[in-house]
Amino acid sequence: MAKPDFEIPELKLDTEVPEVKEGTMAHSSPFIAKPEHQEPLNYPGELVEDWHDRAISKMGDLLGKYRSFQVYLDSCVKCGACTDKCHYFLGTADPKNMPVGRQDLLRKVYRRYFTLAGKYFPKLVGAADLTREVLDEWYSYYHQCSQCRRCSVFCPYGIDTAEISMAAREILDDIGMGQKYCNEIIAKVFRIGNNLGLPEPALADTLEGLEEDVLDDDGVEVKYPLDVKGAEVLLVTPSADFFAEPHVDGLIGYGKVFHEAGISWTLSSHASEAANFGMFIGSYENMRNVSMRIREAALDLGVKRIVFGECGHAWRVAYSFLNTLAGPFDFLDPKYPVPQHILEVTHDLIQRDAIKLDPSANDDMIVTFHDSCNVARATRMGPNPGGQFTIPREVIKASVNHFVDMAPETIHDATYCCGGGGGLLTDDLMELRVKGAVPRMDALKRVIEEDGVTHMAAICAICKSQFTKVLPYYGMGMDMIVSVHQLVSNAIVLGAKQ
Amino acid sequence: MTFLFATLFYVSLGVLIVGVALKIRQYWNTPAPLKIPTMPAPTTQSGVVFRMAREVILFESLFRSTKWTWMFGWMFHVGLALAFVRHLRYVMSSDFFLWPLINNWLVQFAGQYASFMILFGLLGLLGRRIFVDRVRYISAPSDYLMLLLLLIITGTGMIMSFIGAVDVVALKAFMMDLITLDSGHDLPSGAVLLIHLALVALLAIIFPFSKLLHAPGIFFSPTRNQVDNPREKRHIADWARKLES
Repeated sequence: MAKPDFEIPELKLDTEVPEVKEGTMAHSSPFIAKPEHQEPLNYPGELVEDWHDRAISKMGDLLGKYRSFQVYLDSCVKCGACTDKCHYFLGTADPKNMPVGRQDLLRKVYRRYFTLAGKYFPKLVGAADLTREVLDEWYSYYHQCSQCRRCSVFCPYGIDTAEISMAAREILDDIGMGQKYCNEIIAKVFRIGNNLGLPEPALADTLEGLEEDVLDDDGVEVKYPLDVKGAEVLLVTPSADFFAEPHVDGLIGYGKVFHEAGISWTLSSHASEAANFGMFIGSYENMRNVSMRIREAALDLGVKRIVFGECGHAWRVAYSFLNTLAGPFDFLDPKYPVPQHILEVTHDLIQRDAIKLDPSANDDMIVTFHDSCNVARATRMGPNPGGQFTIPREVIKASVNHFVDMAPETIHDATYCCGGGGGLLTDDLMELRVKGAVPRMDALKRVIEEDGVTHMAAICAICKSQFTKVLPYYGMGMDMIVSVHQLVSNAIVLGAKQ
Repeated sequence: MTFLFATLFYVSLGVLIVGVALKIRQYWNTPAPLKIPTMPAPTTQSGVVFRMAREVILFESLFRSTKWTWMFGWMFHVGLALAFVRHLRYVMSSDFFLWPLINNWLVQFAGQYASFMILFGLLGLLGRRIFVDRVRYISAPSDYLMLLLLLIITGTGMIMSFIGAVDVVALKAFMMDLITLDSGHDLPSGAVLLIHLALVALLAIIFPFSKLLHAPGIFFSPTRNQVDNPREKRHIADWARKLES
């Protein structure tokens, strides 16, 4: 961990709402995309000369395409309900990180160019011209939103700042002012198939290594198949699962579950990425292009089911959008939802007693669970609303003997983002990531002190990477973070059902 | 004065109806290309109706968010609804079938004393805007003026209702003339009444151009009005379908 050039917030056991301090994060801005990151996504390489007119015209285009955008720009009454709900505001005190403060950066321009009141009485209604300063503010503050949707839970009209952030980023991309991190990654997916740029031979090599590891550790030949035609299940998982810790321990767990349940499965080198960064930049077209790779892989491999690994935003795109973007999936087995989450699969197997778990294998841990923001507020698992909260917990409780929940105002649909979601998991935003983690760190610290919690389980590649990086800033160990299927992997009794 | 106010009433009512209708048409015609309900969300259409009803009648999300804002906001809106119902007697003929309901003493009594709920609610909301630094930061002049406008309407209404008597018989005759496109009854004079009526007309004119659009807006909010069924049903917008060919 490099010595930070910013102050690390002091953790409290209950997160306090700070007094407004203007401009504390005005300097925070991620690297701008270079032409080679922009062009594969069909965006101009650099800021276009007529950016002003083009931005306004793009805004008009989006207003006609997205009801959410139009209704949410009109409907805010500035009641203040959202002002203390964003983890980035709680961690930085910058009022432009209050959800309504962030929305207003765009709303003031909307009012100026698209409403009667803003055209004739701009001062009265807080409308403003689109200037270079405003544009730079957009770039800065729309890259301080992780699109976690916590604000939308508490808004009396359901205004979702994620929708506004996505629109803002799409406008920025369209005038040539994209973000390097997201756009570079999407281009990699188009070129190679995953965010990390792992080509097929590297994947095959990694998976072979995993098979050897499991054989060494457990004495059982568990397979981690790649591009196997005719397998029943296509598993699509975030590429971080192939090598990062603790992600890879989750992948090992998925393989053991399939092995033990006797389900044939395969990964695909063509669709070797579950995450879909097209969502982060608000681009329907790019999100669709990334999604189509999964459809192509499923058709090519002739699978019957599609299952997603542990990944928060990926599960949002998969659960809520995949059928719309890349459906219909009428060529798959209609007995199963399309797609399924790996936790739905494992949970069902546990319910049916088709796999055996020995929770005492995890007796060295007292575990808590971090609800990933996009899983909690943008998806579901299982047949009932709220299954996204109960199913992961039931799988954890079947795998460990000691489980504790964090404070109720920080879990389920009130969960806090890890601080690195929505395309912000990049080193050029380290200060934002550390400060944005404050509410989760506060809640974690409380269960560590009061309940002796030793590990926090997560079901999102971004959460896992973010916490691994940020925990040391707060004096906690990076290995506190575990994958849920890592717990399953430890507890599963191999060979029990054969 | 009668002619001036008659004109003002027709114009303001016209602006309100046409303006809001155009906005509703715009919301209706703008597609929601993706499923984005804030989860957990109902999995059936009737569940969505129930969720929306809780949101519109009880302000459920606001209640979860901040109890003070909820209390002031809910008092104001419920008070406003009661006062609105009470006012219907000024524009309703006594042989109309709803007349016994509207003219019921309880409805009239509740409508009259609801003004205290409105007043208290508005003052609370104004107080939050002034004293809570986060809310102060996001407030534009129009946000204060809107509260001020509503406070003056409420105040003048309460003065007439509780202190100075207004010739309500003459007022009703004037209003009925407006409805039946008749003339002959003059608007009673009196500054308080004229201010009250003029500002109500102003409020109606402002409505379609301001944040008061939250009223129709909430019914079109995709995070609140969508059914959670994306795995079962494709949800594709016309413009998105074009990408498929």
